[in-house]
Amino acid sequence: MVLTVLGAAVLVVAAVIVAELLRVGGPSLAQTGLWSFVKNSVWDVTRDVYGALPFIYGTLVTSGVALLLALPVSVGLALFLTEMAPPRVRSIVSFPISLLAGIPSVVYGLWGLFVLVPLLRRPVEPLLARTHLPIFTGAPIGLGYLAAGIVLAIMILPTITSIAIEVLRTVPGSLREAALALGATRWEAIRTAVLPYARTGIIGATMLGLGRALGETMAVTMVIGNSPTIRASLFAPGYTLPAVIANEFAEASGAQQTGALAALGLLLFAVTVLLNIAARLLVRAVRRGPARVAA
Amino acid sequence: MNETKIEVQKLNAWFKTTHALKDVSLTVPKNTVLAIIGPSGCGKSTFVRCLNRMHELVPGARQSGKVLVDGQDLHARRVDPVDLRRRVGMVFQRPNPFPTMSIFDNVVAGLRLNGIRGNYDEQVEKSLRQAALWDEVKDRLQHSALSLSGGQQQRLCIARSLAIEPEVLLMDEPASALDPIATAKIEELIHDLRATLTIVIVTHNMQQAARVSDATAFFYLGELVEHGPTEEIFTNPREPRTEDYVTGKFG
Amino acid sequence: MKSLGLRRGVNWAMTALCALALLVALVPLASLLWLVISRGLAGLSWDFFTSTPAPVGESGGGVANAIAGTLYIVGIACLIGVPLGVGAGVYLAERGDGPLGGAIRFTAEVLSGVPSIIIGIVAYALVVLPMRRFSALAGGVALAVLMVPTLARSTEELVRLVPRSLREASLALGVSEWRTSLSVVLRTALGGILTAILLAVARAAGETAPLLFTALNNQYWNLRADQPTASLTVQIYNYAVSPYQDWHDKAWSAALVLLLLVGTLSLAARLLARNRFR
Repeated sequence: MVLTVLGAAVLVVAAVIVAELLRVGGPSLAQTGLWSFVKNSVWDVTRDVYGALPFIYGTLVTSGVALLLALPVSVGLALFLTEMAPPRVRSIVSFPISLLAGIPSVVYGLWGLFVLVPLLRRPVEPLLARTHLPIFTGAPIGLGYLAAGIVLAIMILPTITSIAIEVLRTVPGSLREAALALGATRWEAIRTAVLPYARTGIIGATMLGLGRALGETMAVTMVIGNSPTIRASLFAPGYTLPAVIANEFAEASGAQQTGALAALGLLLFAVTVLLNIAARLLVRAVRRGPARVAA
Repeated sequence: MNETKIEVQKLNAWFKTTHALKDVSLTVPKNTVLAIIGPSGCGKSTFVRCLNRMHELVPGARQSGKVLVDGQDLHARRVDPVDLRRRVGMVFQRPNPFPTMSIFDNVVAGLRLNGIRGNYDEQVEKSLRQAALWDEVKDRLQHSALSLSGGQQQRLCIARSLAIEPEVLLMDEPASALDPIATAKIEELIHDLRATLTIVIVTHNMQQAARVSDATAFFYLGELVEHGPTEEIFTNPREPRTEDYVTGKFG
Repeated sequence: MKSLGLRRGVNWAMTALCALALLVALVPLASLLWLVISRGLAGLSWDFFTSTPAPVGESGGGVANAIAGTLYIVGIACLIGVPLGVGAGVYLAERGDGPLGGAIRFTAEVLSGVPSIIIGIVAYALVVLPMRRFSALAGGVALAVLMVPTLARSTEELVRLVPRSLREASLALGVSEWRTSLSVVLRTALGGILTAILLAVARAAGETAPLLFTALNNQYWNLRADQPTASLTVQIYNYAVSPYQDWHDKAWSAALVLLLLVGTLSLAARLLARNRFR
């Protein structure tokens, strides 16, 4: 009995989170209307105009950059550790990877601010600018979407890698052998037998990584430049949902601003919860076996 | 007697410190079926896995001695295991079709891997007919391979191996996970395949060995105890250990 | 027919690329650790551990109050979060095979993916608004809410490691089921639960976002639960985004202290876990 009550504590905590977010952010959202709040691109505290678009845009762009960078590296690393490297290397490397996951995000931010940003300012961004791509234009100030995306990529790398490794371990050895016995090289066996089988699970791992990227606060706040604007160039400073909450919530000038910030939080909460539910279901399906996944 | 297809000389194999095969020497003539029998753990599977160099994929595995196919040593430095495995196909104990692929794609998987283009339709029909599966699946080639029964899956795996036209087919207890009817079909199949292939089949079922093979080799504790024409092994074995095993006194 | 040489080349190239991924992953880690250690050590002194922050322009000063604040806030979080989290974990391990257990487990998994800044807003609404001030208590509540789902999951895993036979032995002796849960299982799993708590504490001590508008910050000593309180992480953040070189140096030193704290906790957890399962 006592145990059941304690077990239900998790459900109570979840209910409290939802209730309190709705209480603080709900009225503001209801007043403006979800759609007009989301599509409004102006955030002007002095005029009490609150639009979510610049933050949604910044969150999507930085998370997109992070995924683009982290996914190939994570999958490559997971493949290397499960399919290619000798077991000794595996056990040696797993420690630093878990270390990467344990570093507090404010320390990543510190590193991003004082190491990555200067590096981007010179020489990386001027070099990228030579490609003349529209996403690589403007002043190379270092702070901006690109810096935030890279820091996020480093931070979500252990998340995606560790789940991808777990997923790859569920691939039956007999499939690998089947491909090898047909005359496949090691890589071809991975491509034809291992990756198709693990695909669903890797998508799940990616979604969990994305969830982490969307909600990551400190490291992004420290390197994105904090400007509520929408720019095409990755060099430009921007803003994300968690970053604006971090910067303005404590010093919000009135109930309206607090409400708008909480509404942003509500949006972020809804998106990350949905993403996590979907990702967990996918990863669970993979653990249960191939039949469900293949169908 | 036909010309020799496989010649094994003083083959030894280890897993870390376990000596799994001890000084095995034998030959397999072309277009014949060799059955390998013996109690579990006697090195049967290790032996066939040495014939297409799958043994070396196990961490800690080592081997010594020579395996010659058409007079060429498999372990010579210039022999690529990838190329070798195209010529020496393998069917495993449990059916292992690629679960994410259709029946059709499973059959052509080996062709695609080896970059062989051309009319896959013809190849697929031919391989599936050879594996005696064509009539059962010809109307649903695009269905998932997992929609087949266990016996059908195993014949699909045989068709997959046959599609790349190997010269030798290794079968590691191919019927052990199947029901009697499916087993009978696989045995018939082995009989027919002998026309074009040389087959080495591992089995723990002595009746099966007697039914399908031309020659039989009896392994015990990693050693080749006796090797000869199947009839002789079963009716008039030279070694008492062989006799005990085939008459069911142990194993 | 594709040439075997080409295929072998592709195989080699892909293997090399995957090995390169390892390098790419380790370079930022190495750079980060090196800088935190080298730049952090430069500013470390006895003073740094014993005094409160100095105003801009004055030399010296430290993060003593921030260290104490972090421990204080995390302590409050443990008081609230540990009973709930561990209790939920024991429940999941002992009775969690039904639909309710499944729902709780899934909720815990999903909650552990909720951004910590959101939890900050929740604690703000729950504590700061009614009390009308930022406080250590609000920070502790935020961290406690963060702890519960992860603690529940890891406790469950560790309690499940208690062999069934042990439990059955106790039941066979005529000990009632709930007493078995409490005395035999919990006592055997105690080391495991301590491991889980240490890991949760390490994680909580590294959190910044949920403290920004709950515990806020404080330049002075504070050990009152209803007052704003400093923490290492928020202090690092404030130092880092300041325009002063002197404060940047302090940020690195504070980061070193934070990493040492978090690292020691994780290491202790690992050692504890290792001793148990040998």
